[in-house]
Amino acid sequence: MSEQNANRTGLFGRLAALPNDSIAKMLLVTVTLSLVCSVLVSSAAVLLKPMQMRNVELARKARILEVAGLMEPERSVDELFAGVEPRLVELDTGEFSEAFDPATYDQRIAARDPDLSRAIEPWNDIAGIGRKARYAPVYLVESGGEVEKVILPVHGYGLWSTMYGFLALSGDGEEVLGLTFYQHAETPGLGGEIENPRWLERWVGKQVYGPEGEVRLQVVRGSVGPEDEWADWAIDGISGATLTADGVSNMVKYWLGEDGFKPFLVRLREEGA
Amino acid sequence: MEGLIGLFLRAVFIENLALAFFLGMCTFLAVSKRVDTAIGLGLAVVVVQAITVPANSLIYQFILRPGALDWAGLPAVDLSFLGLITYIGVIAAMVQILEMTLDRFFPALYSALGIFLPLITVNCAILGGSLFMVERNYDFAQSVTYGIGSGVGWALAIVALAGIREKLKYSDVPEGLQGLGITFISTGLMAMAFMAFSGIQV
Amino acid sequence: MNTAGKTLLEPVIDRNPITLQILGVCSALAVTTQMIPSLIMGLALIFVIAASSAAISMIRNHMPGNIRIIIQMTIIASLVILVDQFLKAFAYDISRQLSVFVGLIITNCIVLGRAEAFASSNPVGPSVLDGVGHGIGYALVLLVVAFFRELFGSGKLFGIEILPLASEGGWYLPNGLMLLAPSAFFIIGLMIWAIRTWKPAQVEKPEYQIHVVHRTEAL
Repeated sequence: MSEQNANRTGLFGRLAALPNDSIAKMLLVTVTLSLVCSVLVSSAAVLLKPMQMRNVELARKARILEVAGLMEPERSVDELFAGVEPRLVELDTGEFSEAFDPATYDQRIAARDPDLSRAIEPWNDIAGIGRKARYAPVYLVESGGEVEKVILPVHGYGLWSTMYGFLALSGDGEEVLGLTFYQHAETPGLGGEIENPRWLERWVGKQVYGPEGEVRLQVVRGSVGPEDEWADWAIDGISGATLTADGVSNMVKYWLGEDGFKPFLVRLREEGA
Repeated sequence: MEGLIGLFLRAVFIENLALAFFLGMCTFLAVSKRVDTAIGLGLAVVVVQAITVPANSLIYQFILRPGALDWAGLPAVDLSFLGLITYIGVIAAMVQILEMTLDRFFPALYSALGIFLPLITVNCAILGGSLFMVERNYDFAQSVTYGIGSGVGWALAIVALAGIREKLKYSDVPEGLQGLGITFISTGLMAMAFMAFSGIQV
Repeated sequence: MNTAGKTLLEPVIDRNPITLQILGVCSALAVTTQMIPSLIMGLALIFVIAASSAAISMIRNHMPGNIRIIIQMTIIASLVILVDQFLKAFAYDISRQLSVFVGLIITNCIVLGRAEAFASSNPVGPSVLDGVGHGIGYALVLLVVAFFRELFGSGKLFGIEILPLASEGGWYLPNGLMLLAPSAFFIIGLMIWAIRTWKPAQVEKPEYQIHVVHRTEAL
């Protein structure tokens, strides 16, 4: 090999002719390789970043449209999303807030920031999420000046993982219009059935609150018969996935309760958007 | 604190890197023929994992994460795409340092581990542990716990499999299944057994 | 068959990286619940191994001995980052399914193993063929495992329904085990049995032979 190297001419030839184990050669190879790799990798990252962010955004918008029942396959997501208004809500007071732009606000990152979130007391943390951000984005669909649908981001711990999804409610916050999960790591075929559209369909039309304003919406063990007294608030369980289903019930109970979006929903009903 | 203990137990049993996520399989299947070599490799993995996961966590928090370079006055910079190459670099460096330390201060252990020490660099379980830590956004305390826990879990799995394989030597295995085949099936059965831990709430 | 053909085809069955050489097993097991992610993973690996074998082969005469491994890993890691970035930009849903496993191609023993064993001492052409051959062997195992897991676990192939599920009004009760981790081990174990029955040359000799004693022999 060294003979081949030694026979080349010119600057490149002389550089290539250096013995492989000399310090100069090592430095040369290392620096050249690092330069080439960094340029390739960084260019790819920078050039592709806009496309990647667009994908994330499109996926989120599509989910929200789906859960609100607004999805139409022939039209573009952006066009359909124009009918949805993202707003930021301060959870404790239920007031709208302009503190951040709801389109770019990331609730998950905020939940880790001590200035923008707080730890949830263990006895309140029924959804097993640990921390709660001060603000949350909500998505409103208006029609004729009235809020027709409101879509809320929800998350809670299931069996193996935190499940992230969107819950769509009627404008008065009383009836479920849809539920969807976009991220989770529950057991495929068992807890993973929370993604099954046929199970998610059962949520549509269910009532949220009982007569005293308590959250009654939940997943029960076994199936719900039409004559059962609680049929209006209950969804059939998933066999083999009791813990995941309990996680979903707890998630819904937390986020539709006093610690979650209830103050906002009450205020929305009284004062409108 | 309960959160950390829960995290540790989950990392060892329920989310065992070898039996639930199948990471580190190559070395897992190749080295598990004898219990003593399995113990040695397992220990080495615990040490490397316990050092690299927290180290990578710090690098991610302070350099790579979007907005991490706030302290240097560059809040808009997002270097997360360099993650993969940084973590593997840290792992390779740590393994090299560990090798040199063992060679200097614990020569008996160094020669017992032999070739397996450098092989840890390419053990998917080590890189996988760091990648999971980033995906789940663990803070420093959680990273330390997860590092030790995931290492212990992997070590536990490989020692258990070595024990089983030593016993399998006395069984009448069909020719086509001898060696690698029966090892795969045994590991599958072990993985099923570990799934029994899934309902445990800690 | 000529050398090029042999280099390309030998690793597919005769010297399959997963079933014989015990390389690249990790990701083979975790992503194989469905065929589409398995196919993407296989293609990603073939690309990385072809490109890295080519690159390493091109600079093989100038690699200083003591930083050889780091150089190979840097090249492989950079290629994997490129693949990861491309997937996130052009195939977002698949990249979410594959999550950390694309990154784990860096530690995939096949890539580094072939770089070290072949590409660092052979010209570019054969190195690429060798890499692609091993990649195909790997992808083949992934697809076979995924075939069984997706078909019997969810009644579908490539996302298209083949066996109508009972939960959707059909007759097929899916085999839940197929969707879980251990099934991949069993399927590969059975594949190995099948391959070694077909090609007895791959059978491992037992380390310890039990001496069979018949009752008529004196003990």
